[in-house]
Amino acid sequence: MKGIVAYGTYIPYYRLDRRAISEALGGAPGRGTRSVASYDEDTTSMGVEAARAALSAPTAPAPESIYFATAAPAYLDKTNATAIHAALGLDPSVFAVDMGGSVRSGAGVLQAAIDAGRPTLAIMSDIRVGLPGSGDETNGGDAAAAFLCAEGDEVIAEYLGGANMTAEFLDRWRTPGESASRVWEERFGEFVYVPLGAQAWKKALDSTDTTLEEIDHLIVTGVHPRAARAVVAGAGVRKEAIVDEMAATLGNTGTAQAGIMFADVLDRAKPDQVIAVLLLADGASVMLFRTTEAITRYQRRQTVAGQLAGGKAVGYNAYLTWRDILRREPPRRPDPDRPAAPPSFRSEPWKYGLAGSRCQNCGTRHLPPQRVCLKCQSVDKMSSERVAETEATIATFTIDRLAFSPSPPLVAAVVDFDGGGRFPCEMTDVDPDSVKIGQRVEMTFRRLYTAESVHNYFWKARPIRRDS
Amino acid sequence: MGSNGICDRVAIVGMGCTPFGEHWDKSVDDLLIDAANEAVASAGIAIGDIDAFWLGTMGSGVSGLTLSRPLKIDYKPVSRNENMCATGSESFRNACYAVASGAYDIAMAIGVEKLKDSGFSGLVSSAPPADGTAAAISAPASFSLLAPAYSEKYDVDMVTLKQVMTRIAWKNHKNGALNPRAQFKKEVPMETIANSPLIAGPLGIFDCSGVSDGSAAAIIVRAEDAYKYTDKPIFVKALSFVAGPSRGPLDPGYDYTTFDECVAVAKDAYQQCGITDPRNQLAMAEVHDCFTPTELVLMEDLGFSERGEGWKDVQAGTFDLQGQLPVNPDGGLKSFGHPIGASGLRMLYECWLQLRGEAGPRQITNGKKLAMTHNLGGSPGNCVSFVSIVGSEREV
Repeated sequence: MKGIVAYGTYIPYYRLDRRAISEALGGAPGRGTRSVASYDEDTTSMGVEAARAALSAPTAPAPESIYFATAAPAYLDKTNATAIHAALGLDPSVFAVDMGGSVRSGAGVLQAAIDAGRPTLAIMSDIRVGLPGSGDETNGGDAAAAFLCAEGDEVIAEYLGGANMTAEFLDRWRTPGESASRVWEERFGEFVYVPLGAQAWKKALDSTDTTLEEIDHLIVTGVHPRAARAVVAGAGVRKEAIVDEMAATLGNTGTAQAGIMFADVLDRAKPDQVIAVLLLADGASVMLFRTTEAITRYQRRQTVAGQLAGGKAVGYNAYLTWRDILRREPPRRPDPDRPAAPPSFRSEPWKYGLAGSRCQNCGTRHLPPQRVCLKCQSVDKMSSERVAETEATIATFTIDRLAFSPSPPLVAAVVDFDGGGRFPCEMTDVDPDSVKIGQRVEMTFRRLYTAESVHNYFWKARPIRRDS
Repeated sequence: MGSNGICDRVAIVGMGCTPFGEHWDKSVDDLLIDAANEAVASAGIAIGDIDAFWLGTMGSGVSGLTLSRPLKIDYKPVSRNENMCATGSESFRNACYAVASGAYDIAMAIGVEKLKDSGFSGLVSSAPPADGTAAAISAPASFSLLAPAYSEKYDVDMVTLKQVMTRIAWKNHKNGALNPRAQFKKEVPMETIANSPLIAGPLGIFDCSGVSDGSAAAIIVRAEDAYKYTDKPIFVKALSFVAGPSRGPLDPGYDYTTFDECVAVAKDAYQQCGITDPRNQLAMAEVHDCFTPTELVLMEDLGFSERGEGWKDVQAGTFDLQGQLPVNPDGGLKSFGHPIGASGLRMLYECWLQLRGEAGPRQITNGKKLAMTHNLGGSPGNCVSFVSIVGSEREV
């Protein structure tokens, strides 16, 4: 049996109320919210968070490959999956590769991971940006999802088969360097997509001997909402099988959307249910899964619904600033230095993997790793120890209104990790007025800033997020 | 520890100190020339009489040429020191040891910093290429970490603690108002201090030391030669300096209510010259009040107050100009200003004036003969620290 053995999602903390857009720019009052990646996030850092959630499942085997898909890569020419690989602390023998550039690549990594023949982590991540006032800005969303695909008894959703249709036509496009996509007239895309979706759907059902009555959950999403609705309407499944796109709360998260909806279904699915995932993007892709008994035992860190419920509002002006659309007066302070390549290379286990060192002589844990023990001065008696998944407690803190931050003020805390070790770091996704000594925090992988086109990835602390 | 000290083996026989502040019309060279010439004039010597020089600056120049070039020093040794905010004191310490060793007869310690030319707010320093993981918080933020930790440990609510911080700034401004060389020569009402715009944590702009330009210098000779130059030399009783292992950011046992490094230097210095009750034995102390919570914590670290009691002593006026132990009678870093490399020597300059009875309207009249200077550089739990004790009488 092959299929999904573990999954995880990441929905960023912030929500933009669509009314805030219409209040600023005019037009019909917007309804609902969209998810917004914070100023210190990109598709790579969100991919790390989703992957960490997936790998936190006690039953998850170690991945032997990771495939990363996004339509908004943090780097071109340089692989982004390598930063995810490093942040997960994976062995160098694990293959990490980008399969990016388009929303369709989200279906691509999941299909490729299923077919890989070895435990493979498919990660899909996106930040959807449009020009102010555009449909992409209003209806988009930011999120990431990860699926660990493998064979064996721990499969929670068995892959039944699927179908793909490929088509070359101009519906939505963006050349490298452009900040916003362009779209052709909506009715043209609908004309092309709806038959593609119907054909893929029929082929998938036929090839897997699945009847419409057997479909318990139908997920349809893609780059063309109107076509997606039409494909759903024509699919012929029971009404209660149709999965909500979460447009009112999340927005369309592009490359990640099918994954988020699939994860949301897996959060609540019972054993022996058939789940269909249909993506409309430069063609149509259908994948069919059947949940297994193992899903009843599956342990999740946080559900999609739980993550969606926990968000905080961000103002439209802050949103535009975070996305580099609104350029604000910087503080009268020097720009941050770009991280230098050789020191970053030398400290990779710390910078990306948050691995400190523990003295084998006296047990003292050091963050960052030290060669000489603070307590017993032993030299080179250290073993590496990752604390990325370890919770910590705030010892003291400050709100720094002078330091450079892409979104001032900078909140910093000295945090003491469970099991030993201390580390002063930035905090994120936090209300500055709520920080307290003794508060519990967890670590999150972020892009601190970008200097001279170098993204400075590192870890920050945030208040612990759990489903209430 | 084998720290034997050089009690009463060297003396200061001349000092100079420029006004501190925004010297838009003076270069680093100008400031050095002004301080050096004032120092040699007060000792009644010429630059050419000096055998060796120690120049302290954090970022206003590299190498001894920074001093020898403007002063036209003829082929003499000039060392350039850097030890963060203890830079000026470090120059002084090394010059003292050079004279005590017998290697030179007359040495000059001089510090300088020109901070205002950068055009940035606050202190700016350049770091070597790095991996981008060090928490990039500002200096006031790193010292503001003390405030909530102190509040929590000693159960002093943040409103009271802010009043204590405010009183420290108010006192130092009040002292600075009596000092013609201070950057901020005026008293500031407590209400203005308390309501100043927040910079980091509970620290407002008035809780931070002044960013300024300035230079200060001292002439050091063997103690037995001191009276050849002046009737009122100041003898060096103790010098202590330590660099810590950077325990604070690593060790959960460190609680951000103390500077281990400052405790260590105070203990060492007191032992070198036999001080057992600093609060009663010292005429005055110049301490490193870079930010108001720093001065509060130092009162305990330097043994002026019991642990957890410093805030009460501040409120009681113990460290006021007329108090039991005047702290920062010249206005401190807060009001005199903080040109990094010059600050340690500026503190000595106040000891020089006070112990010689030349401090004018802020003259301390408690009759005691010992004074202290103290610096720290870095951040809580991660710093270097310096203490000197000087006195107006030689006992050996």
